[in-house]
Amino acid sequence: MTKTITIAHGNGGEENNELIKKIFYKHFENDILAKSEDAAVIEDGKLAFTTDSFTVSPLFFPGGDIGKLAVCGTCNDLAMMGAKPKYLTCSVIIEEGFPTRDLEKIVKSMKKELEINGAMVVSGDTKVVPKGAVDKLFINTTGIGEIEQKGITAAGLKSGMSILVSRDVGAHGATIFAAREGIELDSTLQTDCASLYPQIKALIDANVNIVTLRDATRGGVSAVLNEWAKTSDVCVEVEEESIPVQEEVRGICEMLGFEAVDLANEGTFVLCVAKEDESKALEVLQNTHTTSRVIATVTEQYKGKVLLNSSWGTKRFLDLPTGELLPRIC
Amino acid sequence: MENLELKNLYDDFRDGETIKAYANMIAEDAKKLKKPINIMEVCGGHTHTIMKFGLPQLLPENVNFIHGPGCPVCIMPKERIDHAYVLAMQDDVILVTLGDMIKVPGSNGSLQDARAKGADVRFVYSPMECIKIAEENPDKTVIFFAIGFETTTPMTAVLVEQVIKQKITNILFHINHVTVPEVMVELIDSRDVHVDSYNNQIDAFLGPSHVSVISGSKIYDKFPKDYGRPVVVTGFEPVDAMQGISMIIKQFIEDRCELEVQYKRVVNHEGNLKAQELIETYFEKMSLFRWRGLGNVPDSGLKLREEYAAYDAEIQYKDVLPIAEIEDHKLCICGDILRGMAKPQECTIFGTACKPTTPIGSCMVSSEGACAAYYKYGNLI
Repeated sequence: MTKTITIAHGNGGEENNELIKKIFYKHFENDILAKSEDAAVIEDGKLAFTTDSFTVSPLFFPGGDIGKLAVCGTCNDLAMMGAKPKYLTCSVIIEEGFPTRDLEKIVKSMKKELEINGAMVVSGDTKVVPKGAVDKLFINTTGIGEIEQKGITAAGLKSGMSILVSRDVGAHGATIFAAREGIELDSTLQTDCASLYPQIKALIDANVNIVTLRDATRGGVSAVLNEWAKTSDVCVEVEEESIPVQEEVRGICEMLGFEAVDLANEGTFVLCVAKEDESKALEVLQNTHTTSRVIATVTEQYKGKVLLNSSWGTKRFLDLPTGELLPRIC
Repeated sequence: MENLELKNLYDDFRDGETIKAYANMIAEDAKKLKKPINIMEVCGGHTHTIMKFGLPQLLPENVNFIHGPGCPVCIMPKERIDHAYVLAMQDDVILVTLGDMIKVPGSNGSLQDARAKGADVRFVYSPMECIKIAEENPDKTVIFFAIGFETTTPMTAVLVEQVIKQKITNILFHINHVTVPEVMVELIDSRDVHVDSYNNQIDAFLGPSHVSVISGSKIYDKFPKDYGRPVVVTGFEPVDAMQGISMIIKQFIEDRCELEVQYKRVVNHEGNLKAQELIETYFEKMSLFRWRGLGNVPDSGLKLREEYAAYDAEIQYKDVLPIAEIEDHKLCICGDILRGMAKPQECTIFGTACKPTTPIGSCMVSSEGACAAYYKYGNLI
């Protein structure tokens, strides 16, 4: 570990993993935590339990705000364990001088998103701190969900299985970059921020046997695929051309030197199913987003690695994103 | 041009079938080569394209790449990174720079570390954003730590011009702009201290198109003429790169040695004269610039002209800036890699002690450095 914590330690990639393992896992060590899933499975597999903090800047962005994000983020972590989100807590840390009207707008958008999930906030806390102690407003939510499909685990990938994405990737990350100060981009791009439980329920109702699921938040699709490849000790072979990316997202990536698969999403998940469930799963997913695609197959070619095949016959590994996401300079 | 969309700029230039067709043509032509050839792509952007799109996997064995020193972050010697760090740590200074510069470690740490210790370090996409930062922080001094080749120099020059015109008193400059042709001459001419020879391995150059958009293709006139090395000015998409490589190979099999432009859609011989004039107005050559991994290269760096010394952070903060040169780790072979004498994987610390998260040598620090590109994309080949 470096002597001080840098922004890179919060990137959802390699440095982030190092921070979690070397500081938090070391001291909090227990069997449930060690599974390192989106949400902890407790009470003999009956309940899923998770927490998340939200610090996004700007607070309001095309297609969402920090409130919507705070409910989606936690509910999605529960949904990714096959659980129905039930009860949430809500803690806010507010910088003095924050406009009350904005606060109410944020809480209203939390309420709307809770309804989509059929969940409610049952406990909360507020702190107000002096100017400069936080950047406007931070929110933490913790959630409990009831598990509807058991046995979802990142260790379940086997050769021959198929991997799908629920929609086009990178929209949230690209939207936030475009909305940040100083980039001056005109764009119609919207975040993908959305509650995923309805789609998971549709998959369960259609009898799709879910091997594993994960929402591709920080670190994007590449972080999810890398983690699965390592945890299950298999090779994930991705056909680069099949990864759905919106034109605008691709454009922003080109300009700033990013890859869409490294960008954060807030309403996009990656799904692994047996080959025979592939078309059924795709049909269910395409009911919500026509851009959903099968993007990869599980093989044994390079165990623990994600392999990217280009349309002109070259191959390369897709690694975990590292460092801060910074633009290319020339 | 009315309906030009961003995707028009790259879509056709990534077409799988076109890339395969060039690969086949190159394979056929390469059979006629009398000896293996080494092509240096000077620019880090090309290194990135070549590795990201896996182009070496499509080339025959007798066509080889040497990854050049064209990454402005990678070539920054540690003492100048220390300048940035020291400036950032001054009270009432906001240090502004571009992209990857923020994570390069100097002897005390990187700008990222300085920021974690409380320094105000910001990265911008356009130097012009400094004006806004300066307006919002009238009691602070904004120092723009300017880096880059011919491509970014005009943007810095425009900022200097605006600072002077608008009489802005709280923006200073730390100039680290470098130029491409001088270091190419150095790579051909210089004596390698490790092997005590002048034998570089470069047979031809792939010139970066964006540099020539500013400076014209004329900056390479001397390479075929005086040094017997063909140059093809080439774009950055995979189809561009494959066509550029194909043009170089054709020169060899047809016994030609010329300057050619693959990227005709934008580049001409003279370049952007307005931009050149702007650079000339505010900057002059530094007699020596020390390149990380390569050492001193004559006339390869720029500095603010003497009459603008009042805006020069190197002069205004002279008393606090360290002057001693700092050598790289003795196991690092970046100098050899930049001269084409070695490949990243031949380095004993590549991928072990030296990784993108903990870079030791220059070629690992930015995503455009040869080692970083090999680490990220090249671990299959």
